[in-house]
Amino acid sequence: MLQLAELTKKYNTGELALKGVTLEIPKGQVLALIGPSGAGKSTLIRCVNRLVQPTSGSVVLKGTELTKLSSSALRKARRRMGMIFQEYALVERLTVMENVLSGRLGYVGFWRSYFRKFPSADIQEAYRLLDRVGLKHMADKRADELSGGQRQRVGICRALIQNPDLLLVDEPTASLDPKTSRQIMRLIQELCSERGLTAIINIHDVFLAQMFSQRVVGLELGSVVYDGKPEGLTPEVLTRIYGEEDWSATIKSTDEDDEDEEEF
Amino acid sequence: MPASTNNGIETWRLRTSKEQWIRWVCWLIGIAVIMYAWQMISEKTVWFFVTDAPTQAADIGSRMVPPKWSYMNKLWKPVWDTINIATIGTIIAMAIAVPVAFATARNTTPNIVVRTIGLFIIVSSRSVNSLIWALILVFILGPGVLAGTIAIGLRSVGFCAKLIYESIEEIDHTQVEAIEATGASGPQKMIFGILPQVLPTIAGVGIYRWDINIRESTILGLVGAGGIGLQLNGSLNTLAWTQVSLILIVILVTVFISEWVSAKVRGAII
Amino acid sequence: MTDSSETGSYPSSWKKAPFIKNSFVRWLIIVGGAIYLAAALGTMNIDLERVKEGLPRAQRFLDSFFPPNFSDNRGVLWEGIAESIWMAIISTVAGIALSIPVGLGAARNLAPAWVYLFCRGVIAASRTFPEIILAIFAVKLFGFGPFAGFVALSLGTIGFYAKLLAEDIENSSASQAEAVKATGANWFQWVNYSIQPQVMPRMIGLSIYRLDINFRESAVVGIVGGGGIGATLNTSFSRYEFDTAAAILIIIILIVMCMEYTSSFFRKWVQ
Repeated sequence: MLQLAELTKKYNTGELALKGVTLEIPKGQVLALIGPSGAGKSTLIRCVNRLVQPTSGSVVLKGTELTKLSSSALRKARRRMGMIFQEYALVERLTVMENVLSGRLGYVGFWRSYFRKFPSADIQEAYRLLDRVGLKHMADKRADELSGGQRQRVGICRALIQNPDLLLVDEPTASLDPKTSRQIMRLIQELCSERGLTAIINIHDVFLAQMFSQRVVGLELGSVVYDGKPEGLTPEVLTRIYGEEDWSATIKSTDEDDEDEEEF
Repeated sequence: MPASTNNGIETWRLRTSKEQWIRWVCWLIGIAVIMYAWQMISEKTVWFFVTDAPTQAADIGSRMVPPKWSYMNKLWKPVWDTINIATIGTIIAMAIAVPVAFATARNTTPNIVVRTIGLFIIVSSRSVNSLIWALILVFILGPGVLAGTIAIGLRSVGFCAKLIYESIEEIDHTQVEAIEATGASGPQKMIFGILPQVLPTIAGVGIYRWDINIRESTILGLVGAGGIGLQLNGSLNTLAWTQVSLILIVILVTVFISEWVSAKVRGAII
Repeated sequence: MTDSSETGSYPSSWKKAPFIKNSFVRWLIIVGGAIYLAAALGTMNIDLERVKEGLPRAQRFLDSFFPPNFSDNRGVLWEGIAESIWMAIISTVAGIALSIPVGLGAARNLAPAWVYLFCRGVIAASRTFPEIILAIFAVKLFGFGPFAGFVALSLGTIGFYAKLLAEDIENSSASQAEAVKATGANWFQWVNYSIQPQVMPRMIGLSIYRLDINFRESAVVGIVGGGGIGATLNTSFSRYEFDTAAAILIIIILIVMCMEYTSSFFRKWVQ
């Protein structure tokens, strides 16, 4: 469903963030992107929805080449790609409801959005999503009154109300505690399987990646160095991605994590 | 490490010799400039008047008490005018300043030419004092409240636009990015991503400037642009010192009240 | 949308809660504001005839900017500028020298209550009255000329600088101050070693900013007889020499731009 071919990004500073990345992601697959800081994970997913303009290569979503789209066509294409951010990136001074509804901005005109007159179907959907993530009662709270986990759930709602085909998830757990991190990852995983969504999830945490994804891609200095099943992440593979370290503890703890799965 | 060897003994010093020299030279230049400036000023000063000042002060002081309270009847209208000049002037200023700020901020400006024009508007409005604006406008529009209001408005544009555009440049970019990622258009990005972040600043700046403008509008009357300064000027010219002292008290009270109001309103908004 | 069977149970409309929750208070503010604005605009007496009459003058004034006349009154012009600059420098220095004791006294964590109240009073008094009013009185006391302007600007500087200094001291880190106190330092050593390093960079930046303000203000104290470029400007206005006035305004704008540029440069350099 999503094909990246020879995707390359060179920043103005001369830094080569992506070196010809080629990936093919089938529909409904949840892919975890791991790698050290600065490996180009964020750049990669931002190149997909062109928050970062790729230098060369192609991004094809459902047969549409995205890298060459005009700005209005790009806006239409972006509606099909929901994005979830590190540090939530909610508009803090707007209410929860406004933040969720902002996911529909690509579908409504300027004046309707200015006067907050969203179609009633959108509003129902927003309430339904908020209910799904357990935040319906918070709809009129301002986003900066929420806790980290709650904010990320609102962020998820904002992405889902777009009714996307593809979810781009950038470090969703970077500022959350371990328990909330798992809850959020599980929520994303469940929602993806409910709706048959394809997702690319950037994640620092190797065992969260193993737990919640069907496929893991390891990125190092802008190139893919691992692409395979989560089980295939052996100490040798991790050393290849992250460098020399004692990995046995990391991998062992993955098994322990599965035990407290009932927590949520 | 700034340590020097003195007869074979290491001595710690805060600065190296070179740094020490540069400091001395800077101080020397500074002091020379100040001395010269003082020279220039004192050359044009009639020292007799200066030495006589304490007597003068005592004399004027004694003439100023007690304030002529009955004159208050004639001050209500000027006070009302003063407040109006400040309020409407601030509204005019904000109406111009907000678009100028968006046109000037690096992250919202359409292009470099517009940004340069915006910066020029800001600098010229800021460098010309409201009294000078009033002086010009009194020539054009004739004496009165209108000239004062427009003077206050023109003067405040630069101040407000500068503070607002700086806050636009400091917004959290990821929030805007998140809105952009939903497929929002440019104007939508503005109202959902940027405006909510800067709205508190805009309101705060407006109220802050209103408070300053109350103070500024008390003096516009000196050049004929309306408000209580007109009465102040008249009383000073006729040497009616008891009226002067009453006007000063009225200004003091007005400024204190406006400061209190502005603090309250800002507290409620932010 | 995705699941139509469930949508029925959720509300289909939503309105943003108004900023002021109480609807009576909200309407009171809206109506009150409207009435005030109407009344204020009503007393503004916008006389269209007079405005029309003024337009040719505006035209003439604008015309005189192209080209501005730098040469006719060159001597007076440059003298005025120089006087303004010297006045700005000397009043900034004197004002800051006076501000430091006042500012130290107005910081709650340094001074005893009675000193605090006294210094805060000085600051409030200096802040309330615009420099122009201070200048009027200075002119009455010291006679016409730059000395009066110098006194007015120095006094004005106190209200600005001492207040910010006091606030900065109050916001400085208490633990650093405590650590120095713990060494047994006396009051002056304590201020010198713990407070001064913390507030110094900002204060240097602010003093340059104040120099900038004092220069701008020096352009107006002249209107009431306090010397400087303001006096020149006032004269050229009353003689209808708009081209000279335009030249003066342009010079003021240029100097202020230079000052802003240097002050931002300085502030970066200091930090």
